[in-house]
Amino acid sequence: MPSAPEQTPILEMRGITKTFPGVKALAGVELTVYPGEVHALMGENGAGKSTLMKILSGAYRADPGGEIRINGEVIHIDGPLSAKTKGIAVIYQELSLSPNLTVAENIYLGRELSVGGQVDRVRMRAECKGVLDRLGASFGPATIVSTLSIAERQMVEIARAIHANARILVMDEPTTALSSRETDKLFDLIRTLRADGLAIIYISHRMAEVYELADRCSVLRDGAYVGTLLRDELKAETLVKMMVGRDLSKFYKKDHDAQGSRGEVILSVRDMSDGHRVRGCSFDLHRGEVLCLAGLVGSGRTELARLIYGADGRKSGTVLLDGKPIDVHRPIQAVDSGIVYLTEDRKGQGLFLDMTVQENINLQVIGRDARRGGVLDLRKARSRALDAIKALSIRVAGPVVEVGSLSGGNQQKVLLSRLLETRPRVLILDEPTRGVDIGAKSEIYRIIDDLVKAGVGVLVISSEMPEVVGIADRVLVMREGYIVGEVGGTTGIAITQENIIALAAGLAHPSAPAA
Amino acid sequence: MSQETSSAAALSSEKAAANRQILIQQIIRTVGMLPILILLGIAFQLMSGRFFSPQNLSIVTQQASINTVLACGMTAVILTGGIDLSVGSILAASAMVAVIGSLIPDMGMIGIPLALFAGLVFGLINGSLVAFIGLPPFISTLGSLTAVRGVARLLGGDTTVFNSHLPFAFIGNGYIFGIPWLVVIAFLSVIVTWIILRRTVLGVHIYATGGNESAARLSGIKVWAVFLFVYGFSGLMAGLGGVMSAARLFAANGTQLGQSYELDAIAAVILGGTSFTGGVGSIWGTLIGALIIAVLSNGLVLVGVSDIWQYIIKGLVIIIAVALDRVRSQGGART
Repeated sequence: MPSAPEQTPILEMRGITKTFPGVKALAGVELTVYPGEVHALMGENGAGKSTLMKILSGAYRADPGGEIRINGEVIHIDGPLSAKTKGIAVIYQELSLSPNLTVAENIYLGRELSVGGQVDRVRMRAECKGVLDRLGASFGPATIVSTLSIAERQMVEIARAIHANARILVMDEPTTALSSRETDKLFDLIRTLRADGLAIIYISHRMAEVYELADRCSVLRDGAYVGTLLRDELKAETLVKMMVGRDLSKFYKKDHDAQGSRGEVILSVRDMSDGHRVRGCSFDLHRGEVLCLAGLVGSGRTELARLIYGADGRKSGTVLLDGKPIDVHRPIQAVDSGIVYLTEDRKGQGLFLDMTVQENINLQVIGRDARRGGVLDLRKARSRALDAIKALSIRVAGPVVEVGSLSGGNQQKVLLSRLLETRPRVLILDEPTRGVDIGAKSEIYRIIDDLVKAGVGVLVISSEMPEVVGIADRVLVMREGYIVGEVGGTTGIAITQENIIALAAGLAHPSAPAA
Repeated sequence: MSQETSSAAALSSEKAAANRQILIQQIIRTVGMLPILILLGIAFQLMSGRFFSPQNLSIVTQQASINTVLACGMTAVILTGGIDLSVGSILAASAMVAVIGSLIPDMGMIGIPLALFAGLVFGLINGSLVAFIGLPPFISTLGSLTAVRGVARLLGGDTTVFNSHLPFAFIGNGYIFGIPWLVVIAFLSVIVTWIILRRTVLGVHIYATGGNESAARLSGIKVWAVFLFVYGFSGLMAGLGGVMSAARLFAANGTQLGQSYELDAIAAVILGGTSFTGGVGSIWGTLIGALIIAVLSNGLVLVGVSDIWQYIIKGLVIIIAVALDRVRSQGGART
């Protein structure tokens, strides 16, 4: 099934270079993909994976000099349409479906069938049904896309690609928004497609996925091709070394001593409910501890955090700071009391992408810094920005660069420093390392560790098990809106992946050494 | 070692190149439509031979002044991703208030604050509809476009009101240090708007709300206050426009005054490079946009183009200028 080297590659990219003014995004990159293989493409954010894929899909044009071959023939891709006709399809991170249309209409978008000038919905639906059945979809072609889950929408995108006879499928971080069950289903689907002889280029930051799926793995670093590993050669240390160019021996930084730094209770949440997604949640957060909120996607973690922060309306519940009830019905009240929230949706709800790094970092403190009449203190803003850039080692040419032009990891650091400028006492971090490269990840862990040592209470929501196990002092597990259990801390139950998953999936109550 | 230093040098030179690129882009963005304004001026000078005469320049800037004032408010509104279609009607109603107020014996100057207040109130009503009821700006200001026009007619009993002894007539016809008052007021409006947008907390909140409304809410910005302010400010500016127009004409008419002024104001803002979806733009661009519109009107008359063709040419210039800008800025963002 996996690639035989004597086979003709379905795709060869040789000497691909792409220069943006002032930046060389790609320098002589190569990539060889065989039919019937899952080819992982790895690298830190900013390594050039997306740029390479944008060249493949026709969104960018490569600089002259390189060549792209499909089935041994040199081809020119001069636009998204020409990529499509050559059998290349991309499943984007941001899904590109029209939510108001049906599944069939989306699959046929741009190539609608017609009878006598009218759209032939009957035939479109019938043909889509075949593809959907083959993929094992649980929904029909007449379903409106907006009623589908993210995983199902992804399946529609894949169906669209298959239906258009794609032979090369690019998947960019397809599991970011999926629960683990949905991920398993997606992996089964990918294996089916591989068996059908499709070539799948799989971009992901998650090592576990790459081990599980990939037949081969190519690594990029700083816009250059580093090398390709066969399945048997895939090892964490090798991969990390290739991606980062150095050892990351101490990846999860946890210098603070879980028992020693933990102080008195700083934040108490009592009987928090919103009526449907969050039900009667109560817990305490101590000074100087990292409390993780684990659970499957959709278990109500983000909703709980937003209730505490006052971003959404609550049905019942109180928030106590230092034992005193506080009124938080709007985010501004939370911020003023020293509680801040890092959203999981960095671009949609976090950053102001058109504004500069300096403006973003200062956004929540300009009011405090301002002179009389609300006049900005620009000198102070600049020095704050410069300090933050240095403290969080944000890689940026200067403070007046637009945030939208930075890589994911650096954007996340800008957002984090905006929150830290308010000098919070309680920090709620929702998926703090989502879409962030390895180097920036370990730096974010270092920042969390420093904050905890300084006595801040940190509540982390994370779907990455190794991260939870790596950084948490204590873990609360949520399922279907309830807090169903606790591990670590004083419970005597070890913080392990198994114990957390057992609680999250409702399999068992892990009591102290049971099995 | 030497290899390391040379690669460091290469890195820093690359960084310098990137910085230069950013600087160039910033300059292009700031300068915006200025080249087009200058080219239009030169073209009209070549064709008519008197475009750049001091008298004509004074006329052009006076023609631009009221639209500039309206466009100042409009810039703030469009920066939040909104639109204000009611400025022409508010201008008419405020002008009525100004003239009627000026007829009060011995305290005719009260017409000015009354007109400004009327504009502010209409603007705040627009703002409340957007901020508290959550109506789309297009719809709420479309409603006030019609309703306030009715109010303007109501105020004068559907007649033209005159005051040949208007106490603030100097605003429309006088000079200070050789510069028309209208021009001074327009320029001051631009300066005040610039200060608000670029030098105050409120200004940052305006850009933030337009750039990403949900992020603005989540970061604790009082989005409702931002909306209330920008529509209130736009109304106030329309009130000021009403005073200027009353002062120029010694009269006001609720039916005709300010008809379709909102379109010129919007055109000035868009010509100035402000994004229609909010969050990006500058008041200097708006000033240039307003001047381009005034130069076109004036220049086409000087050259002797018929009224009908003036409309066609003005419309086409707006479309072509913005299209060019779109193409250029896309190129800048992409390459």
